[in-house]
Amino acid sequence: MTGLRYVYAVCRPFGAALQSQLTGVAGAPPKLLSHHGLIAVLSEVPERDFAEGPLKAHLEDLDWLTDTARAHQGVIDALTAVTTPLPLRLGTVFRDDSGVRVMMETREEAFGRTLDRLEGRVEWGVKVYLDTEAAETARPPEKAASGRDYLRQRRMRNRSHEDMWEKAETFARRLHETLSGRAEDFRLHAPQNPTLSGFAGRNVLNAAYLVPRGKSEEFVEAVDRTKDDVPGLRVELTGPWAAYSFTGEMGETQRAEGPEEENA
Amino acid sequence: MTFPPGRAPEPYGQGGSANLADILERVLDKGLVIAGDIRINLLDIELLTIKLRLIVASVDKAKEMGIDWWETDPMLSSKARREELNRENAELRARLAAIEEGRPESEALLEGRGRTRAEPSLEQGERRRRREELEEQMEQQEQEEET
Repeated sequence: MTGLRYVYAVCRPFGAALQSQLTGVAGAPPKLLSHHGLIAVLSEVPERDFAEGPLKAHLEDLDWLTDTARAHQGVIDALTAVTTPLPLRLGTVFRDDSGVRVMMETREEAFGRTLDRLEGRVEWGVKVYLDTEAAETARPPEKAASGRDYLRQRRMRNRSHEDMWEKAETFARRLHETLSGRAEDFRLHAPQNPTLSGFAGRNVLNAAYLVPRGKSEEFVEAVDRTKDDVPGLRVELTGPWAAYSFTGEMGETQRAEGPEEENA
Repeated sequence: MTFPPGRAPEPYGQGGSANLADILERVLDKGLVIAGDIRINLLDIELLTIKLRLIVASVDKAKEMGIDWWETDPMLSSKARREELNRENAELRARLAAIEEGRPESEALLEGRGRTRAEPSLEQGERRRRREELEEQMEQQEQEEET
C-alpha cells in the first residue's frame, strides 16, 4: 500500500522518541525522514482524501478541517515536547519520500536559518477579552422618565462604552509592552470571532510571543500577574505552542517596515 | 543545542481543550507555506486563508454560517447604529407630536403598543419648553448621525 506523504514539520535530529500512540491526520503514525542533517516529520495519507481534487473539496468542509487541524496540531505538539519543530501549514502533501527529499534539499539553507533562530523557543498566545456583557449588567438601565432622561442615559451608555474601550485599549497596550519586553519577537494577530472561540466578550488583543523555554516561566508569571488588574477585562494565555507565528524569515520590525504589509 | 524533554512549562489551555479558533488560526493561517507535489496552488491557500480569517475574525463567511451577532450591534455595525438612531428619532417625533397636540407624551409612546395611560397634561409653557428641548436634542442627534 502506498500513499501520499503529508509533512507536518521539519526539525533537527532529536534523541527522544515520540509518543508511541501518536497518530497523524489520516490515522497513520508519523514517521521521521532524515535527509542531510534535517528531519521531515510525515505520515502516509490516502490519495482518495489528499490528492488535489479531494483535498480541495475537503478544505471546504469545516468538520473535516477541524479534525485534520487537531490531528496536525497533535503531532506538532508531540514534537514540541521533545524538540523545536518548524511547523508547516496544514495540507503540505508530496507524492513520495523522494519528493520530500527534493523539497528539503532545495530549502536546506532557509530551514537551517529558521531552525537556528527558533531553537529552544516556544510561542505563547495571549488574548485580552473585554467582557461587555458583565459591564452592561453591572449597571442595569433605569427606566427613562422623559425624553431628556432617555437621551441622557443613552449618552451615558455610549460614554461608558467608550470609557470601557479606552480602558481595554490602554490595558492591552501596556500588557503588550510588558510582554514584548520579555519576548524575543511578537506577532499581533487579528482578533478572534467570539462565536467560534466560544468565549464570551470581545477579543481586543490577540498576540503571539516568541519566548525561550528557559524564560517561559517568568513570562507566564508576568501574564498571571496582570490577570485581575482591571475588572471587565480577561487575559487568556495559551501555549506553549510550536513557533507557528514565527516561521517566516522576517522579524516583526523588518516586516512592519517592509513595503508588502500583509492585508487580507 | 537541544533541550531535554520535560523542560517545557505546563501547558495552558492547550491539548484536548484547546480552543478551536486558536488551533485553526495557527495550523491554517500560520506555519510555513511550502508548495508540495499536491498543489493546493497558492491561490487556493490564499483563499483558504481569507476564508479562515472570515471564520476566525468574522464577516461574510460567518454570515453564511448563520453567525450574525455583529449586525445588530451598534458598536460594530453602522447599519445597526443608523437603525437605532432612526428608531430613537421616531420615538422622539412621537413625543414631540404629542406635546404639540397637548396629549401626554407617554400616551403617544404607548399608542404603537395599543395601550393608553392617563397622565396629567402639561402646562402650556412647560410643553413649549420641552418641545424646544426635544427639537434641540433631535438636531444634535441628526448631526451625530451624519458624522
